[in-house]
Amino acid sequence: MSEFSHPTPTEVLTVAAARAIRDGAVCFVGIGLPSATANLARRTHAPGAVLVYESGVIGARPDVLPLSIGDGELAERATAVVGVPEMFAYWLQGGRIDVGFLGAAQVDRFANLNSTVIGDYDRPTTRLPGAGGAPEIAAAARETIVVVRHSPRVLVERLDFVTTVGHGDGPGARARLGLTGRGPSAVITDLGVLRPDPATCELTLTGVHDGVDPDAVVRATGWPLRVATDLAFLPPPTAHELAVLRDLHARTAAAHGVAAMGA
Amino acid sequence: MPAFLPLRDAVAAHVRDGDVVALEGFTHLIPHAAGHEIARQGRRDLTLVRMTPDLVYDQLIGAGCARRLVFSWGGNPGVGSLHRLRDAVEHGWPRPLELEEHSHAAMAAAWAAGASGLPFAVLRGYAGTDLPTHNPTVRRVTCPFTGESLAAVPALRPDVTVIHAQQADRAGNVRLWGIVGVQKEAVLAARRAALVTVEEVVDDFDAPGVRGPGARDAVAILPSFVVHAISEVPGGAHPSYAAGYTTRDNAFYAAWDAIARDRERFRTWMDAHVLRPEAAGV
Repeated sequence: MSEFSHPTPTEVLTVAAARAIRDGAVCFVGIGLPSATANLARRTHAPGAVLVYESGVIGARPDVLPLSIGDGELAERATAVVGVPEMFAYWLQGGRIDVGFLGAAQVDRFANLNSTVIGDYDRPTTRLPGAGGAPEIAAAARETIVVVRHSPRVLVERLDFVTTVGHGDGPGARARLGLTGRGPSAVITDLGVLRPDPATCELTLTGVHDGVDPDAVVRATGWPLRVATDLAFLPPPTAHELAVLRDLHARTAAAHGVAAMGA
Repeated sequence: MPAFLPLRDAVAAHVRDGDVVALEGFTHLIPHAAGHEIARQGRRDLTLVRMTPDLVYDQLIGAGCARRLVFSWGGNPGVGSLHRLRDAVEHGWPRPLELEEHSHAAMAAAWAAGASGLPFAVLRGYAGTDLPTHNPTVRRVTCPFTGESLAAVPALRPDVTVIHAQQADRAGNVRLWGIVGVQKEAVLAARRAALVTVEEVVDDFDAPGVRGPGARDAVAILPSFVVHAISEVPGGAHPSYAAGYTTRDNAFYAAWDAIARDRERFRTWMDAHVLRPEAAGV
């Protein structure tokens, strides 16, 4: 472990998102990047993080990353397994989730998300999997963290479909809609971190990853991205974080015969 | 008391053309073998209901069995798209597919309402999203006590629900454990029949040597009087799994992507593995 290769953009993204999880936080995580992120956090600085999967698993402690949200290794060693109606009614809607982790195909400047269709709903160019738990996770979790790969096709001026409300059309939108959580606190990408401006709710570039040119982030964003005056230069993954993440992926690949998404 | 039947007879007795059918399962305990039997019997014009349609619905849609899909997330978990579902929605192949699209929270609540005999479910959901624009069954109601505006969706009441469980006992009670999803609600919500395939029929759940749940598992026991037919089909969830009996065949989920991507390759696979009468000997 004395030597490690340069981190990939996805590894940088995963580590940055993991750092956003405080120890003890109850995290509602989906499959893919959110799951890799939450399990990395649990194995590094946040051993007390509670991982909740929508399949009904509370306090999952998987040894390898699950390929699906209902894999057996999630239920084994969990604190509790409950039915799906109970998960959404008592645990999510009931206000017991601190952080919801979401991905999306498109994100707009107010951190609203599309995971339904690209193109027209009735004649889509790409039919995506759909909402899943996202609308109510983003509504009810105390805060939401969005993880996506940065590109102008992902961070877009206008969503083709609003699957999930982040900050709606700006200040006051969440309260008007009756959304109980605070909404997205960060959009973390492989280039940097965007946070909603406290006054306008518009996503603003507040940090870039090691070696990333802020102008390149602006060019990779589909709207005229504002850059914070006190832009942070985020520290690169540590050797320990990378080693833990790579070990997790290696064991996952060995267990599944395939790499879990987000690898 | 349910009838213990070969799967072929159970499907033939209860699943009809034009039915609303739910083959539920939340990545665990997905009734693949029963879905294959429905395809083999050539059922048509089905409305398929499930929160998380995966490979078995991709297969039924690609085989032309479905007219309509009621769902909340349609993908190959951890792998990507369901290409047969996409082809039906994007290109109408092999026939157009109507969608009634929900969120998980709404569909889970709609299952609970169906099990409860209520006409609709209420939840704090959908606010500000485009989903109600395209799904007229999503409405708003006002709480009579607080005045809060809430989402309402109709209860799910399929004609037939099909699930896979670990065990049935000789008296016809069904036991499933681990990730139990919405299967209990889906069985109780069925209007006409509930079909269950099981890994094993045991004398008694608490007989010595009988496999059972872990300490942290959710457990659902469906009393015999809510189940209409039981078929013993070991491995009937494959490539999904039955905790305590089988493990998820993740490699097959990954391999499905290439099979389903191409219409001809899909047809060849379906013919060889599902549609030929010999394939029924699972």
